Amino acid sequence: MAQKLIYLDNAATTPVDPRVLEAMLPYYRENFGNSASRNHQFGWVAEEATENARKQVAAVINADPKEIVWTSGSTESNNLAILGAARMYADKGRHVVTSLIEHKAVIDPCKFLQSQGYEVTFLQPNNKGRVSVEQVREALRPDTVLVSLMFANNEIGTIHPIPEIGALCHEKGVLFHTDATQAFGKVPVDVEAMQIDLLSLSAHKIYGPKGVGALYVRRKKPRVRLEPVIYGGGHERGMRSGTLNVPGIVGFGEAARIAKEEMPAESKRLAGLRDRMWAGLSEHLTDIARNGDPQHCLPNLLNVSFLYVEGESLMMGFSDIAVSSGSACTSASLEPSYVLKNIGLGDDLAHSSIRFSMGRFTTTDEVDYTIKSVVRTVNHLRAMSPLYEMAQAGIDLSKVQWQHH
Amino acid sequence: MAYSNKVIDHYENPRNVGSLDQNDPQVGTGIVGAPECGDVMKLQIRVDEQGRVTDAKFKTFGCGSAIASSSLATEWVKGRTLEEAEQLKNTEIVKELALPPVKIHCSVLAEDAVRAAIADVRRKQETRTGVAAGAR
Repeated sequence: MAQKLIYLDNAATTPVDPRVLEAMLPYYRENFGNSASRNHQFGWVAEEATENARKQVAAVINADPKEIVWTSGSTESNNLAILGAARMYADKGRHVVTSLIEHKAVIDPCKFLQSQGYEVTFLQPNNKGRVSVEQVREALRPDTVLVSLMFANNEIGTIHPIPEIGALCHEKGVLFHTDATQAFGKVPVDVEAMQIDLLSLSAHKIYGPKGVGALYVRRKKPRVRLEPVIYGGGHERGMRSGTLNVPGIVGFGEAARIAKEEMPAESKRLAGLRDRMWAGLSEHLTDIARNGDPQHCLPNLLNVSFLYVEGESLMMGFSDIAVSSGSACTSASLEPSYVLKNIGLGDDLAHSSIRFSMGRFTTTDEVDYTIKSVVRTVNHLRAMSPLYEMAQAGIDLSKVQWQHH
Repeated sequence: MAYSNKVIDHYENPRNVGSLDQNDPQVGTGIVGAPECGDVMKLQIRVDEQGRVTDAKFKTFGCGSAIASSSLATEWVKGRTLEEAEQLKNTEIVKELALPPVKIHCSVLAEDAVRAAIADVRRKQETRTGVAAGAR
């Protein structure tokens, strides 16, 4: 690639931190052993490495290392938590509570449970993407076995009232699972203080390698048991069989260590970049709207709707900047983001939205350059937008009879 | 997904962006699509006494392929008679812009916009001739 690209899609994935890669390499080379080999040095070295990583990951969320189960990533962790708990506690009840704006890796296992005779309540968040503890309380039933609500939303960055929901679930004797993929390493996560029973994590969102994740499974008060999703050699206390991805786990551990160490300063820096971006866009553009909850949100994520322009064409205007759009014009479905729709954005606004997610390697200069590029592109596109023209002429777009295609 | 160079060119240098007077009897306007579908195209043509398209303008809300399809359509209909302009096929747009299968609907929308504009100007002309005949 000739020109320098700017990466503002850190909510999708992050580059591996050089320190992480350094830590991993010996475990591809000389320390290549299988951590389950109990009879020789190769196995012992590998096991020591995965157990050290277990401590490093556990430390970030205030867990006991024994409560960490290695997986292939958050999708697997979510599947294991939801399907595993629902199956294990099926005798107690067959009702699960979640929300309409969870990641597909939570929604789809829940839909699968529905097909197996379970009942699932999908809570409707408010227009900022937040579910209230009262909503959860009202949804709980005597046969509810699990509440699964994400810590922070991947598209809009909104953070649910996690400690309050955790306390409620413990009071009612219901397990509480949270997908903390986006929050981990960016905001404080404490499974004890927040009374979380199951928590999904992924390495590649925190500058670790792809294909590695973890599920925190509480061992005390209550002791959580899960029916496995993957059967085999009985690794990970029988909850997740399969030879451990030793280099990946080592990388995850190192990434967690760095995240914990740098989080206080880094979160402030990221929030500064996010606020700078929003301030810059607001200063130069009219008719833009910030999606999500500014009071309760991730420090590194900004989701904006640019009225009267379509998201994909926007991204085309700054092809040297990598971002995500709520428009799904590229997919076969043509359906825009279900997250944005379910917080009450019309399809038109969902089509006009862009997610900017800053990361460890994002600079102020990059943010400033992005503001300029976005402003230029929005103006370019509004000059050819029939919707902008109509709005300027005072036409109420919601009253127009459109010819649906 | 990478865009073809022709799509990028139309996106960066759209031809014939603008608006004609919708109330002008010589002007036909076609507006197709809906904001919630992610595409709205407005395509306008001006027709002379001989029924030939002398000018064409567009404004489009949509992805790059939608913008390019409508931009190209305005280029193609200019200079054609209404009968010739009616022959414009979305498949020609697909071919010219090298649109991938997921973007074929953009070309269909452009074809629909051209047809809607032609129908609009014909309706106006018929009304005018009708009025003229009645006055006689």
